[in-house]
Amino acid sequence: MDGVILLQKQLVDYSTSLYKEGFLDDQFKQLQQLQDESNPDFVVEVVYLFFEDSERLLNELSKTLNQQIVDFKKVDAHVHQLKGSSSSIGAQRVQKVCIAFRNYCEEQNTEGCLRCLQLVKHEYSLVKNKLETMFKLEKQVLAAGGSIPMH
Amino acid sequence: MGLLSGSSLSLKLCRWVSVNMPLNRNLSGLKCSFFLHFGLKKASEALPGATHGWKLKRQLIFLWIVSVIVAFAMLLSSFSGKSWVVKTPPFNEEKVEILLKHFNVSKEQINSLASLFETEQDMLSRWPLVRGTRYHCEWLLVDIIKICWWVLIGMVLSWKLRTLPEELWGNQKQHLVQQKPLDQRPKLLQKLRQPLTACSSKSAGKWRKKLLVIFVLAGIFGSIWLFLYLNEDITLRRKEMLASMCDERARMLQDQFNVSMNHVHALAILVSTFYHELEPLALDQKTFEEYTEKTAFERPLTSGVAYALRVLHLMRERFEEQQGWTIKKMETEDQTLSQDLVPENLDPSPVQEEYAPVIFTQKTVSHIVSIDMMSGKEDRENILRARASGKGVLTSPFKLLKSNHLGVVLTFAVYNTHLPPDATQMQRINATVGYLGASYDVPSLVEKLLHQLASKQTIIVNVYDSTNKSAPINMYGKDGMDTGLLHISNLDFGDPARKHEMHCRFKEKPPIPWTATTASVGVLVITLLLGHIFHAAINRIAKVEHDYQEMMVLKHRAEAADVAKSQFLATVSHEIRTPMNGVLGMLQMLMDTNLDENQWDYAKTAHESGKDLIALINEVLDQAKIESGRLELEAVRFNLRADLDKVLSLLAGKSLEKEIELAVYVSDEVPEVVIGDPGRFGQIITNLVGNSIKFTKDKDKGHIFVSVHLADEVNSFLDARDEVLRQSLILAQDGTNAPFNTLSGFPVVDRWKSWESFTKLSAKAEDAEKIKLLVTVEDTGEGIPFDAQGRIFMPFMQADSSTSRTHGGTGIGLSISKHLVDLMGGEIGFVSEPGTGSTFSFTVTFRKAENICMGMHWQQCDQAVSEFRGLKALVIDQKNIRAEVTRYHLKRLGMSVDIKSTVDSACSYISSCASTSASERLAMVLIDKDSWANEAYIAVSCVLKDLRSRGSMSNLGTISTSDILLLATSTNPAELAELKSIGVVNHVLTKPIRLSDLITCIQEVTGSGRDRQVARGKQPMLGNLLRDKQILVVDDHVVNRRVAEAALKKYGAIVTCVDNGKAALEQLDPPHQFHACFMDLQMPLMDGYEATRRIRDLEYKYNRQTNSCELSTQILSMVAQWHTPILAMTADVIQATNEECMKWGMDGYASKPFEEGQLYSAVARFFECADGKWV
Repeated sequence: MDGVILLQKQLVDYSTSLYKEGFLDDQFKQLQQLQDESNPDFVVEVVYLFFEDSERLLNELSKTLNQQIVDFKKVDAHVHQLKGSSSSIGAQRVQKVCIAFRNYCEEQNTEGCLRCLQLVKHEYSLVKNKLETMFKLEKQVLAAGGSIPMH
Repeated sequence: MGLLSGSSLSLKLCRWVSVNMPLNRNLSGLKCSFFLHFGLKKASEALPGATHGWKLKRQLIFLWIVSVIVAFAMLLSSFSGKSWVVKTPPFNEEKVEILLKHFNVSKEQINSLASLFETEQDMLSRWPLVRGTRYHCEWLLVDIIKICWWVLIGMVLSWKLRTLPEELWGNQKQHLVQQKPLDQRPKLLQKLRQPLTACSSKSAGKWRKKLLVIFVLAGIFGSIWLFLYLNEDITLRRKEMLASMCDERARMLQDQFNVSMNHVHALAILVSTFYHELEPLALDQKTFEEYTEKTAFERPLTSGVAYALRVLHLMRERFEEQQGWTIKKMETEDQTLSQDLVPENLDPSPVQEEYAPVIFTQKTVSHIVSIDMMSGKEDRENILRARASGKGVLTSPFKLLKSNHLGVVLTFAVYNTHLPPDATQMQRINATVGYLGASYDVPSLVEKLLHQLASKQTIIVNVYDSTNKSAPINMYGKDGMDTGLLHISNLDFGDPARKHEMHCRFKEKPPIPWTATTASVGVLVITLLLGHIFHAAINRIAKVEHDYQEMMVLKHRAEAADVAKSQFLATVSHEIRTPMNGVLGMLQMLMDTNLDENQWDYAKTAHESGKDLIALINEVLDQAKIESGRLELEAVRFNLRADLDKVLSLLAGKSLEKEIELAVYVSDEVPEVVIGDPGRFGQIITNLVGNSIKFTKDKDKGHIFVSVHLADEVNSFLDARDEVLRQSLILAQDGTNAPFNTLSGFPVVDRWKSWESFTKLSAKAEDAEKIKLLVTVEDTGEGIPFDAQGRIFMPFMQADSSTSRTHGGTGIGLSISKHLVDLMGGEIGFVSEPGTGSTFSFTVTFRKAENICMGMHWQQCDQAVSEFRGLKALVIDQKNIRAEVTRYHLKRLGMSVDIKSTVDSACSYISSCASTSASERLAMVLIDKDSWANEAYIAVSCVLKDLRSRGSMSNLGTISTSDILLLATSTNPAELAELKSIGVVNHVLTKPIRLSDLITCIQEVTGSGRDRQVARGKQPMLGNLLRDKQILVVDDHVVNRRVAEAALKKYGAIVTCVDNGKAALEQLDPPHQFHACFMDLQMPLMDGYEATRRIRDLEYKYNRQTNSCELSTQILSMVAQWHTPILAMTADVIQATNEECMKWGMDGYASKPFEEGQLYSAVARFFECADGKWV
């Protein structure tokens, strides 16, 4: 039982650190609130949707930005989507970079865009890692027979 | 004379002006009276801005100068005779032609002109003059012709003068006109334009100055000429006078002389008769002496007469013997000193051919007896001439013997025979027997004569013997100094050989011609004075012109600045909103993180300030848009009452903070649904109510009362059916300050005055489709100071500058409201009394929604409130208006309401109700908290309890449902809890009353098994709204879609998801089951805007079909008209996106990710009305 409590504590600490470091925001909490008996894996489902989608978008972005003539409209649309989905799950650091990204898009600043892309990729992988870690912890807690503590 | 001509001249001038004036007025279209408007002071008062009036004045000055010059010229011509006139007639036809050509003067006008002159002529001819009538008539005729010509010339000149500068000004004006639409033109162009106008005005100024110089010169020359003319006249008259005087004198002298000459002649005849023809001689010295002495009165001018006998040398001795003395020779050299002449001392005459010794003399000259007259050279010639001519001859003047006066001697020959008149000289000489001489003392002669005449002092008379032209001999008078004028009159003394002249002069130099001097100096002074005036006027004109130019430049600069300002505002506002969005979003996020209390407070403050800023920027943008006319109103159906509720609920928070009672009332006459712009309508009301809240002091416990009536209701105020209107009318008429029957009991201003100035209010709506609403916002605030009331609707103007410090705000709200009201075809007005409060009124014109929709809507509402339909409620409220407001709200729920104003009557009413049948039972009692102290509702509750207990006793049962609702403005939780706990009231309803609140509240009260706790959270409310609603979520993004779906599901909605616009289109093709749609904006294939547009198209088509084909009433009853609320899901919360959404036919927006509050307010608008339906 101690193990469960330890794990739970670990999970709480970890998620708290995620909020503190700004990886996640309230929106994620809201997502967690939306999860109920009828929809037990809602958060994981949504987050994985986000991962899929984001990876697709990031690929598209790299492709588009590496072209000779950059189609900024397309870039902007992708970034907008990324921004929307990241804000939907509460990955606010990704979202913030997206805002900057869009500004560069408007300025048609290829260099800035590329820099932002790197940044977004970085942030994305960070938040992905963090979330995956968190889900892992959650799974462990569940496996240990504990419940996931809510904030 | 000078004065006379002057006055006649001025008369003419006046006539001329009066004749000229109407003509000029006709021609140039000058509407105002010349003399009234001309005046330096007036000119100086002329506003530089009033271009038209100013120009008019300039023209008038021109006209005036010209007419003065022309009048002056006419004056000259009238003096200088006809030479001018003679020249003019050939131009006659030409001028008329010119007139016809240039002035478009019709023939009639010329005829009338001519007739005018004719009458003038008549008048003038009747006008009595000093001169002879005939001459006068001619003179007048000439004058009239002259006047005519001067009038014509004046007209031509004034026309020319007027058109010349007008061309310049016209150009200028064109420039100005061009300038207007091109306000945004670069300043360079303006700068180019400025010198041009300046140049034109400068040239006009120069031109005027030249004219002035000409005028002054003309005046100076005119005055000189006038002086010369008048002076000449005087001189001429002087000359004439002198001539007449001189001639008169000369004639008299001549007459006198002739008379005495005749006497001498008679004497000669006497001598010839009595001396030569009678024998013996009847005449001797003694007789002669006596006779001449006695008849001397007949010859007053002769100093003496003498008779000399002709003695030939042969007869000398005999003669000498006879007489007893020798013939003596005249001592010519002694003549001057012959005072003591003694004939005896004289030498005997030398031997000569013949002698003429004096034999008889008058006594005065007796000393010349025996002197041979032939010995004197003068006398000898005289004698010879006398006997040859047979007439009296005169000597040249010489000093008379003895008297030492200058004199002449008149000699007549005495003949012994009667000679025929045509006798020859020889015959005469031979017939001569003697000579009669008479000496004339010329000086005394003239002296005597002059004495007889008047005004002898004024002239000096000289008499000359001018036989010898080169050296005339002065016979009388001194050689006085030369006084300028000289008149010479010839004297005929009967001797053709001798010539005499009379020279007359004035004694004194001619006097200074005062008349001429004063007249000409007067003219000069007037000219200079006028010149000065005009100079001043021209300077003034130049100055004003200059100022005007300057002002125009400044105006253009200001306008350019204004445009730049607007542009700047628009740009900056827009630019600010984008980063503000970021700021607000970030702040929101910040607030959602774990913050300590202080940090959260800071963030919240920052967030709210940011929101205010956005609101302000939106206002500024609105203003800019309105100013540039880019604001467009939408025309959508909306529920007026629900909208008002919504608007007021937003403001309720603030008013509650200040403990101000906020109430809304809509007249029954106002239709439920109208077509218009609900957003803008709400904005106006928000502005007005917001202001009212702002300007009502904290804890003042006043009220703000929004009421909506039909404009027609106000028009027929005499039979005002509406209770609220009637109350306010009674209040206004009452005038007493006693208990104010207002919402809060505080005095208010007379609302009727606030729409007094509306002009369109009473005008009947020309279109039956339109309805005009009158909205009144009444408050008990601090009012608007009277001096500030004029500028209350100007943007950025607040009552005083301290206002913004006290209350904040920009003062733009009212300006926007006014513009919005204007756009909505209404008027806005207010009445305000400092200290009492203000009432703002405005009218707006909406279109009536189609009947079918209205009907449907009622049905909807009926469904919604079917629970309450027919319920009876009692409102206990001291204040009628407040009770009416409560009644209004309850009536909306279909309840029947009774009002009692006192507790006692209420109690008795309740009792009476209790005894009636169940259908009449009283469902609830509403008591206003402010009306009574706690005891009051305790009393009521006692009555009810009593009834209840009696009811249960008597098994009437259902009566226990009568509950007491307390209406309160401020909710003091502790107090309310206390009231509830003691069970006197069942529920507390916080004002302002909103329909949804009321419904919830009444549901809770009436719903038997329901929790009586007030559910205040928003979540259940949102749940209420969205429960079991079919909602379509359109988002291409799977994550967002999933999140939105989950979120909406959480609120109980049934969510369907599609991932693009086209799919949405398929889903939303009516008829369908969806209640609302949440639409992402940026989507591939078809974005949200486009999808919405298409959906609206589909709905429109469907609606038309429905109307025409009469689809099943089932569907119709479901939804009156297909209009699926479409809400945009967007991360941009800024207004621009919102507007864009509206433009494309969306109904609102929900920010992404969903925020409860925002989602609620967005959704509430659509589902609120139908609240009860799905609950």
